[in-house]
Amino acid sequence: MTGLAALGMGLAVIGAGLGIGNIGSKAMESIARQPEAVGDIRSNMILMAALVEGAALIAIVMCYLVA
Amino acid sequence: MRKFILSFWCMLSLCVIGMAQGHEGHDHSHDHGDHAHGTEAHDGHAQGGDHGGCFHHEEQFNPGNVAFHHISDQNVYSIGPLQLPLPVMVYAQNGGWDFFSSGKFHPDGHGVGEYAYNKYVLFEGMIHRVADESFPGGHINLGPHNVGEKEIDGRKRVFVCYGGNQYEALYKSTADGGLFGGGITNFYDFSLTKNVVSMFLVFFLLGWMFIGIARAYKKREGQAPSGLQSFIEPIFVFIQDEVAKPFLGHKWETYLPYLMALFFGILGLNLFGQIPFLGNANVTGNLAFTAVLAIFTFLVVNLSGNKHYWEHTLWMPGVPAWLKIFILTPVEILGLFIKPLTLMLRLFANITAGHMVLVIFVGLIFVFAQGNWGGVLGTSIGSGLLTIFMMSIELLVAFIQAFVFTILTASYIGAATEEAHH
Repeated sequence: MTGLAALGMGLAVIGAGLGIGNIGSKAMESIARQPEAVGDIRSNMILMAALVEGAALIAIVMCYLVA
Repeated sequence: MRKFILSFWCMLSLCVIGMAQGHEGHDHSHDHGDHAHGTEAHDGHAQGGDHGGCFHHEEQFNPGNVAFHHISDQNVYSIGPLQLPLPVMVYAQNGGWDFFSSGKFHPDGHGVGEYAYNKYVLFEGMIHRVADESFPGGHINLGPHNVGEKEIDGRKRVFVCYGGNQYEALYKSTADGGLFGGGITNFYDFSLTKNVVSMFLVFFLLGWMFIGIARAYKKREGQAPSGLQSFIEPIFVFIQDEVAKPFLGHKWETYLPYLMALFFGILGLNLFGQIPFLGNANVTGNLAFTAVLAIFTFLVVNLSGNKHYWEHTLWMPGVPAWLKIFILTPVEILGLFIKPLTLMLRLFANITAGHMVLVIFVGLIFVFAQGNWGGVLGTSIGSGLLTIFMMSIELLVAFIQAFVFTILTASYIGAATEEAHH
């Protein structure tokens, strides 16, 4: 059970990594296209990353609870 | 700057090597204790008083255990080898109130108390209470290493050796039902623990700083900011312009004090926990603390929610009734609670993970360098560099997490107070 829970944590992290990586790449791209909008893009990027992270964190805590 | 980093690095590696040596010494004495215990047991009078004691911990160094021990709240404030006593206020269901100093436990270098006081004992910096009625009250000399833990049915339990018997000692009652240690037990801990003391320290520091800055604005009206003023002003204006104004619209001034209190409170505590060798209090990595912040946000958001917010939450206009009843409204109501829950978990998990990673990097030294000096030197340089790298990342995380908590709170409040425009 502990091993499965650890596997679940890893899967949750893969999902969050893909999500946050996507956000980061798109943000970089848009900053490169429009450098004057860097402030807006940065705070929205952090907001989105936080939301993605939240879902992953719930999954990780669930895994911790079943372990 | 380079000089500062260099001196800091030298200090770190020296301290780490010092700690390594300390640990070796300890292990030796444990071996000794083990032997003594063996002969005592053979002789039939297992009174662990003079030397040894009936527990010998860490036959093998376990970095995970050490990390959990270092991030947890404690009843002593340990700075290096110093164990500063803190006031203890405890209430037991069958023992009433007790007020005393945790110095009464005479904690050793690992925060394990050598004395019991009114059935309370100290194990790894945390107070425990012996549940057994036959255990005597008052100030009792247990001798070194007579409080220890054993794993029974996959759960670690703390035991006390006294007078040839073993008594189980319970952890304090915790509201999380034992999720992170503890559970519902027979005593409550209202002490000024390490976290509480550091929280007060940071809050007084922030209060002093901001009152001084506010005074400076009055005194130097129309002039350029000076001193601390010029350090805080850009951060303050950043939060005001990037967080409060875009999310809250024309009501931003009402909620600005709350957002600022959140941001600077979390940032101050995050940074205070990052200072090396100063106890590394993990206040924002404490579930209870972040839960209180999240509850405040929950209350502020829902108490300031207007008609449209509740309408869109409970009975979304323009959606078929069956869809609302079976899917939309339940999900929205769950969402009300999930938002503060993720706020709580995000801050807790990020800060706790950072602290644990640091401890584990330092712990690598003890894993790879078992007693030989070349190994100690090599791994302490390696993990010293890794630790410094992680600490600079943690500095970034301290700012980002304070910012994220504030910006999410602002966006939730903004969503709850938005006027209809359709």
